[in-house]
Amino acid sequence: MSLLANWYDFRDLGNPVARLIEALQDAGLSGGWIYAISGLLGAIGILSFVGVAAVINIWIERRLIGRIQVRRGPNRVGPFGLLQPVADAIKLIQKEALQPDNADGIMFTLAPIVIFIPAILAFSVLPWGEHMVLADLNVGVLFLLALSSTTTIIIFMAGYASNNKYAILGSMRVIAMLISYELPVVLALLGVVLFAGTMSLTGIVSFQETYWSWLIFFQPLAFLIFLLGSTAELNRTPADIAEAESEIVAGFHIEYSGMKFGLFYAVELVNTVAVSAIIASLFFGGWWTYGLEEFIPGWILFIGKIYSIYFIFIWFRGTLPRFRVDQLMAFAWKVLLPLALINAMMVALEIFIWTEYEISAGIVLPIFAVVNFALAGVLIVGFGRVMSRTMERFPKLPRLVKDIDVPLPEPSTA
Amino acid sequence: MAIKTEPLVVNIGPQHPSTHGVFRMRVTLDGELITDAEMVIGYLHRSMEKLAEERTWTQNIPFTDRMDYLAAMTGNFAYCITVEKLAGIEVPERAEYLRVIFAELQRIASHAMANGTFVNDCGAWQTPLFYMFREREKILDLFEMTCGARLTLNYMRIGGVAFDIPDEFLPQLQLLVDELPDRFDEYDQLLVDNEILLMRSRDIGIISAEDAMNASLSGPMLRGSGVAWDVRKGDPYGVYDRFDFEIPVGHTGDCFDRFMVRMAEVRQSLSIIKQAMEQLPPGNHCAEVPLNFRPPEGEIYCRIESPKGELGYYLISDGSPFPFRFHVRSPSLINLSALKEMVVGQTVADAIVTLGSIDINVGEVDR
Repeated sequence: MSLLANWYDFRDLGNPVARLIEALQDAGLSGGWIYAISGLLGAIGILSFVGVAAVINIWIERRLIGRIQVRRGPNRVGPFGLLQPVADAIKLIQKEALQPDNADGIMFTLAPIVIFIPAILAFSVLPWGEHMVLADLNVGVLFLLALSSTTTIIIFMAGYASNNKYAILGSMRVIAMLISYELPVVLALLGVVLFAGTMSLTGIVSFQETYWSWLIFFQPLAFLIFLLGSTAELNRTPADIAEAESEIVAGFHIEYSGMKFGLFYAVELVNTVAVSAIIASLFFGGWWTYGLEEFIPGWILFIGKIYSIYFIFIWFRGTLPRFRVDQLMAFAWKVLLPLALINAMMVALEIFIWTEYEISAGIVLPIFAVVNFALAGVLIVGFGRVMSRTMERFPKLPRLVKDIDVPLPEPSTA
Repeated sequence: MAIKTEPLVVNIGPQHPSTHGVFRMRVTLDGELITDAEMVIGYLHRSMEKLAEERTWTQNIPFTDRMDYLAAMTGNFAYCITVEKLAGIEVPERAEYLRVIFAELQRIASHAMANGTFVNDCGAWQTPLFYMFREREKILDLFEMTCGARLTLNYMRIGGVAFDIPDEFLPQLQLLVDELPDRFDEYDQLLVDNEILLMRSRDIGIISAEDAMNASLSGPMLRGSGVAWDVRKGDPYGVYDRFDFEIPVGHTGDCFDRFMVRMAEVRQSLSIIKQAMEQLPPGNHCAEVPLNFRPPEGEIYCRIESPKGELGYYLISDGSPFPFRFHVRSPSLINLSALKEMVVGQTVADAIVTLGSIDINVGEVDR
């Protein structure tokens, strides 16, 4: 029993699993065995979620984009087209996975496989319910940030190994984008971590539970910065410059075919789910939903939140044009970074006031919420004014002319 | 040790999602900046101008469909009007009005396509393209109702049009004309105030009014640069002098201006269609022209305002049933000639947007 009290709670691995573990305990197994079995079960659970999510998200994304684009989307294979991803996968497996002559064979083959590792690992630190986390790291947020950087290196690996000009253009864009977007994203999360006072995701969720409020109400600015920054890190529209279909065709994965391409396609969706899950845990209480988790299992609520946020990403994709590379960098450095810095400063000040003067949370937290929302509003409107192009030299609408009017050029004297 | 760098030469096209067919751009890159560009055309060359010399005047009409296949009506229109002028054929009043209605419908369809693909080139994930397709589809339905074809219409004939409109055509057209302004207002809301689209297309691919005229550009390219020139006003053909409409003119000549000029032209076309519907006279839809007719000897150049610009036909007749020379002044080719000046010094992404804003049709470039 002493092991149970340690930083690994065996029962963390899930409420259905908890029953099993209790049964194992009753059967008299030693702590080590229970530990191994529960870890295995957790890993299997996460892997099966990722697998199912990768398949189902293809369908969700295509159907929703179809809906946005006044067409139907896949609806032929299986009920409502649900088996379309399966059909796609079967087709992709049958295809030959070509490899260019001058490609770096090992890296070229390795990249689509390795890219799955950070995507799956991200789920390990996320709390799926009360005592339902595979690895309750006390530096969970740092771990997630480290993982998101790894993805970029693997994308560069794929683009570099392909020995293709479009691919190298795409990879260079990814590296430039990583350097720009790591900073605002880290600083936005710094605000959250400062506010919650812990880097553990379980800790952040229990902070939200303790003070009976989601962190989005205290950190609206951090939420927006993280949302926009992570669209860039995920390579999704409006920041899909690494694979920019209309410019560099498919960017880093242009040379990949068959199931190697399929893996890149799937990992993009898994990454999106992972980021949605991080947003759900950090800003929307994770599994905790104002007492609703008493009636509905927490992990179902968590998945519901993940997909609500995922919907926002799909919506972005269906609506917005793409930034140019330099504009995307400028957006990170000139808009997101100052906003994130101001936000971090503000949080530091608030936490200082809170702890130094020992004001009770009931009084101080509503004030913080109002102040932060006001700050977010002012900053967004203010930055919007400064950065927007509404103060243009010329009106947007063309002028309407009744008659032709052709100014003839001066005849050249030379 | 000094770092040795060398320029990166990239082929954009002929197979590329945003080259609008099989156009090829061989660009030299310094990072993302284009330092040199070479335009390669000819991948869709079908030798139509030569083929046309072995077919009768009437048999050549389908060729005009297949040049700018997104604006087949105006292709027909330009050719028929040229032959009529050469042979001195009088076209019935009703046919003239039907031609105007169909040409303007085709202009809306072509501009919808142009703007949809333009926003697609800016990186919107096909959503505006599909919305524009929806409007274009309704226009194609009207074409199908009248002549049975949707894309390569072959509708106009020397001396008029092939078929009169069916009874249900005008009510359907009325519905469309009532509906489209609202739809385009909606697209304005989605696209025109979109900060990202503004960032991507404002001050990109600028061509000044003087350069545009020197390069002999026409259509939305020229009007986007601020030159109020429209063949429909400047050199009216058919019955265009009877309609009241305005020429939308851009301010700077950047990609956004060209986009907005097309958006505004759709509304002007709708107003022309409305007027033509009101004035549509009864009568015959086609003059009596022998199938194998021989125009008198002579040569002629005649031009119309096609959606992409000034579309002209230069025809020489030696009095035989076949044209002696059949030459097309295609707006796509001539508008494309200014591309190099516009893209050198920009990034790859801007070059794609600029190419999209020119609205070329490779079928018409290569012929």
